[in-house]
Amino acid sequence: MLIETLTAVLSKNALITAFLFMGLLMWLSYFLSEKLTKGQIHGSAVAITIGLVLAYIGGKYTGGSKGLADIAIFSGIGVMGGAMFRDFAIVATAFGAKTDELKKAGWVGAASVIIGVALSFFIGAIVAVSFGYTDPVAISTIGAGAATYIVGPVTGTALGASSDVIALSVAAGLTKSVLVMVGTPFVAKRIGLNNPYSAMIYGGLMGTTSGVAAGLAATDPKLVPYGAMTATFYTGVGCLLAPSLLFLIVRALA
Amino acid sequence: MIIYGVALLAFCMLVGVFVGDLLGSFIGVQANVGGIGIAMLLLIYLSNLGDKKLQFGPMTESGIHFWSAMYIPIVVAMAAKQNVIGALSGGWMALLAGVGAVVASFLLIPVIAHFTPAAEGGNSNAD
Repeated sequence: MLIETLTAVLSKNALITAFLFMGLLMWLSYFLSEKLTKGQIHGSAVAITIGLVLAYIGGKYTGGSKGLADIAIFSGIGVMGGAMFRDFAIVATAFGAKTDELKKAGWVGAASVIIGVALSFFIGAIVAVSFGYTDPVAISTIGAGAATYIVGPVTGTALGASSDVIALSVAAGLTKSVLVMVGTPFVAKRIGLNNPYSAMIYGGLMGTTSGVAAGLAATDPKLVPYGAMTATFYTGVGCLLAPSLLFLIVRALA
Repeated sequence: MIIYGVALLAFCMLVGVFVGDLLGSFIGVQANVGGIGIAMLLLIYLSNLGDKKLQFGPMTESGIHFWSAMYIPIVVAMAAKQNVIGALSGGWMALLAGVGAVVASFLLIPVIAHFTPAAEGGNSNAD
């Protein structure tokens, strides 16, 4: 009876449960970061990695698509980590950002969005071709998925791709997003990701809002507004270019 | 009051998302184009009006700082609700497409950064 009541309370107050759970998870992550890596790996990087592992376990356990949030008592994590709160917090990080730096790197940031969409698209397209795809619609849909997991299905639907190809494009986009979350802090030094300019380029090239948001949080939270600023244009530009110009290029080449 | 800051933040986000959606339907894509970026620019603009008309009290600011500080736990919650199984279920092709796109993009960052002013991380040493 005790357990049932507790479960009911936790599920009924799901968002509050999520606040408590995330607090404990952050504490554990910073503790592990300090004790096991002497702060070498940032606490937030540890927390994001644990989050992804929990998402895997949740998905395995429930068979759903929302990771840990598919378990009733953790459903509040879906709200807390959903697009609404995420975007609200991203906007808040802009408070105190330097306008000069945004202006100086504005054009390079804008160019990196277009370069980023085209780059990911063609890498995805080349992989699709090397796996034996010859239909320009399928090749373009998978390429679009390598841009983000939203551009993939939008492009696939616009071009009339089959649902299994669309599912593959979503998987490619999810892989990208997860890899950007986990990988960014490890490569940050080597790629010079330590100032607002490179953060804007990073956001523009990567484009996945969730990946960029988590990647910069784990690297240097001060860079978040700059990276998020350009990343937020990526999906829109991708949905514009992938089913039109980029598809026409693929069709001409295929 | 703290709520002034939170309300201002909400105002910026809603305006941004609205403009982003309009922009999306204007160019004919089924997606929001830069809504959050526009919201961020609006917030930066409004907060820099400071010494002229809009004077932010310290409590108003703390309403914004709170959400800014909640950013990391929110992002961790976001990580915990990702469809990780979905990412791994696409097989080798989806995995390779995703990995290839990320590696290529990482490699290109220093190349493009070469074209920005003061790429060495200095704040004000660029003319």
